[in-house]
Amino acid sequence: MSIEVKNVSKKFGTFQALHNVNLKINSGELIALLGPSGSGKTTLLRIIAGLESPDSGQIYFDDRDVTFYPVQARGVGFVFQHYALFRHMTVFDNISFGLRVRPRNKRPSPTEIKERVQELLQLVQLEGLAGRYPSQLSGGQRQRVSLARALAVQPQVLLLDEPFGALDTKVRRELRRWLRRLHDELQITTIFVTHDQEEALELANRIVIMNHGQIEQEGTPEEVYDHPANPFVFDFLGSVNIFRGRVSHGKATLGAIEIHAPEYADRKDSPAVAYVRPHEWVIDRNKTDDTSMEVVIRYAHPVGPTIRLEVERLDEEEILEVELTKERFHELDLSVSQRIFIKPRNIRVFPI
Amino acid sequence: MLFKQNRALPGFGLTLGITLLYLSLIVLIPLSGVLIQTASLSWEQFWETISDSRVVASYQLSFGASFVAAGINVIFGLLIAWVLVRYSFPGKRVIDGLIDLPFALPTAVAGIVLTTLYSPNGWIGSFFDSFGIKVAFTPLGIIIALTFIGLPFVVRTVQPVLEDLDKEMEEAASILGASRWQTFRFVILPPLYPALLTGFSLAFARALGEYGSIVFISGNMPMKTEITPLLIMTKLEQFDYAGATAIALVMLTISFLLLFLINGIQWFSQRHQRSARK
Amino acid sequence: MKSSVAPSEGIPLQKTIPIKQTKRFRWLLISLVFLFLSLFLLIPLVAIFVEAFSQGLDVYFEAITEPYAASAIQLTLLVAAIAVPLNLLFGVVASWCLAKFDFPGKNFIITLIDLPFAISPVISGLIFVLLFGTQGLLGDWLIAHNLRIVFAVPGIVLATVFVTFPFVARELIPLMQSQGIQEEEAATSLGANGWQVFFRITLPNIKWGLLYGVILCNARAMGEFGAVSVVSGHIRGETNTIPLHVETLYNEYNFTAAFAVASLLTLLALITLIVKGFVEWKTKQSENESQSEIG
Repeated sequence: MSIEVKNVSKKFGTFQALHNVNLKINSGELIALLGPSGSGKTTLLRIIAGLESPDSGQIYFDDRDVTFYPVQARGVGFVFQHYALFRHMTVFDNISFGLRVRPRNKRPSPTEIKERVQELLQLVQLEGLAGRYPSQLSGGQRQRVSLARALAVQPQVLLLDEPFGALDTKVRRELRRWLRRLHDELQITTIFVTHDQEEALELANRIVIMNHGQIEQEGTPEEVYDHPANPFVFDFLGSVNIFRGRVSHGKATLGAIEIHAPEYADRKDSPAVAYVRPHEWVIDRNKTDDTSMEVVIRYAHPVGPTIRLEVERLDEEEILEVELTKERFHELDLSVSQRIFIKPRNIRVFPI
Repeated sequence: MLFKQNRALPGFGLTLGITLLYLSLIVLIPLSGVLIQTASLSWEQFWETISDSRVVASYQLSFGASFVAAGINVIFGLLIAWVLVRYSFPGKRVIDGLIDLPFALPTAVAGIVLTTLYSPNGWIGSFFDSFGIKVAFTPLGIIIALTFIGLPFVVRTVQPVLEDLDKEMEEAASILGASRWQTFRFVILPPLYPALLTGFSLAFARALGEYGSIVFISGNMPMKTEITPLLIMTKLEQFDYAGATAIALVMLTISFLLLFLINGIQWFSQRHQRSARK
Repeated sequence: MKSSVAPSEGIPLQKTIPIKQTKRFRWLLISLVFLFLSLFLLIPLVAIFVEAFSQGLDVYFEAITEPYAASAIQLTLLVAAIAVPLNLLFGVVASWCLAKFDFPGKNFIITLIDLPFAISPVISGLIFVLLFGTQGLLGDWLIAHNLRIVFAVPGIVLATVFVTFPFVARELIPLMQSQGIQEEEAATSLGANGWQVFFRITLPNIKWGLLYGVILCNARAMGEFGAVSVVSGHIRGETNTIPLHVETLYNEYNFTAAFAVASLLTLLALITLIVKGFVEWKTKQSENESQSEIG
């Protein structure tokens, strides 16, 4: 089922949680709503689910305007951040709840319910735990019960609010991969909320980046990572080095270095920021051209297969982050307090 | 050694000693007097006293009225707790404060005002009287008074549990298609059972022993509106100490059982909750 | 397997807007609560004062100042002045030992402290009659030494101490348990002695709970009827407390006077409730403060 969000705004008291949001989601997509806390991503998810109603604007499921449909009638599956499992019910009772509360003429028979729950338990790899209570499960298991419970009613949309937020890193990875497979298998339109850019980049077909109740950018993971639309997106996706300077006549001056910025040829001396990702530096022992900066290595931390350097600019006493592979590090025979030259391989300039 | 652990804080021995001494002097020794006095009765005498038809009628009335009153308190206590926790409306804080009035108001005062109001020519009693229903001086009046004195128990035990309830569970239920009623019945109510049961037992135990408010409203007719504590009082006034003590022993036993039951429920639900939170 | 789990017919969509209904339901519930509480709390509360003033201010003041009423008030104040401090001291001592230390049998002692709550007031009075009455266990000895306890002031004090016994301890034990012993241990490690630890560390932390316990204890001490009724003997001007005086007046069909005196006890109850509200507000405030310090 496709979903369309049209001009949706929502205020909580004086706080503008959503400001005129428009979003189209195609049937079968796996979408990440990514943003810092307070960006409105959870509010948007809850409005789509019907847990909140928008102050203005509409929600469409396919061609139906569902804005005023009560939550019971929307046919969505929702997975809560803290699972919201029914504590006094067993895993079986939790999963079958949505089937058991149906009106009698639409309720499956007890055997059908049993079969359905068995299938779902298999799907979430929790066979044999039907009789347990939520308190007897691990965090990852609870998360999967919560998913099975949402899937039991055969929703046409699956909504997940920070689904892996409360889990430790290893379980989180596993569940992420597993959710991806599940989505490929079931092809349900799925939206999940996260503040973890890595999670969004790894899992989603498309990422919607939100800030201050508005959508900053939407696109495939490659698009948003490689071509961030604005400084916020650049900053939010991965760590960056930030330079302040000015652009004028297609040239950006950032401290001692000067680079070409042909896209801003018509600008005359306006302030600008420039972003360079830590792994997008070219490192040399000798000065190669004018855009190189001389820096001194302060610290070198090995992080897995890469080395993260903290270097200090000699001209401006500024600390920069530089990342390079272990091989390159040894190849250059680098060591702490050595002077090196770095220049950006890729730099994005945004006038402000 | 029993208390071998190293204690950083002083005063353990002294305070424990004072506590046990005071507890013994004020509570335990006087209470044991009941047992000593009962021991002066032979088993046949004891049985005859506590199974006398007038005494049995008083048990029936005390238990029946207390049970009904505690039941009314469960229903309305849950309703009041729900309204106080979930809704906001003008006067809510005053209502919340007033709930404890039955704890704070002396029972004699409650007794005379309820009797005055619910007697056939009282403000409320005259209304019922026009339908031919007599409240004061009937078991109905006793139930009214017992409902009054037990009112705060259920409200105050259910309120904190209801406040702590995870609202996401209700949202999850409605997303899964449950109606408001189904959500209430299957998701909200079950976690409240221990609190409701505790509140019921507290209100029941309190009602069983109540004297001050009943003595005015019941009319005290033997076999009809005579509750057990009143019967003890009557026996005492006739200087039938042995008889009074025998009946008191029966009441005491029941009170102890209730006390253990209440503590048991609380211990059980605390353990249950702790493991659920883990 | 895929077929039954994958989205198919799902839940049928239906357009209903139950918002108005739930609003109506909400007001229905609120009205029910108001009706119930009016019948049981509000109307009785108002009726006490209406009855008390039904024959004018003069009659009211006459009723609460006539010699028997004055002596009942005096006796009640005396009884409370003895019972409340005793139980205050005991409550603090007992909760220090039960909340700050762990030892076998602790829970049993806490249950024993609750006992007077579980016992019918009539039985609470009865036990003192059995002990100190003329036919009681110590009766002969008391007569020989010309001492009167039951049907005299000492009996009333004893019965009151018994029924108000748990109030302070019950308030303090959970409060002190939740506060733990870290602050006290820190103070001890800095060289403070036991009294200093109690007065400078523990007492400031429990002062509001203590106040509430004392207020409740006092309300019950002044208002106790059943237990005192058994041991007092109802001698006007001598062993009648305020609640007993109310009973006497009521049984003599002197309703206005009975309600006038009862209105004093009602005022006491209302003050108790206000103090309770204040203490709860204070506690919440200090909780919020400590939370904002962390956050």
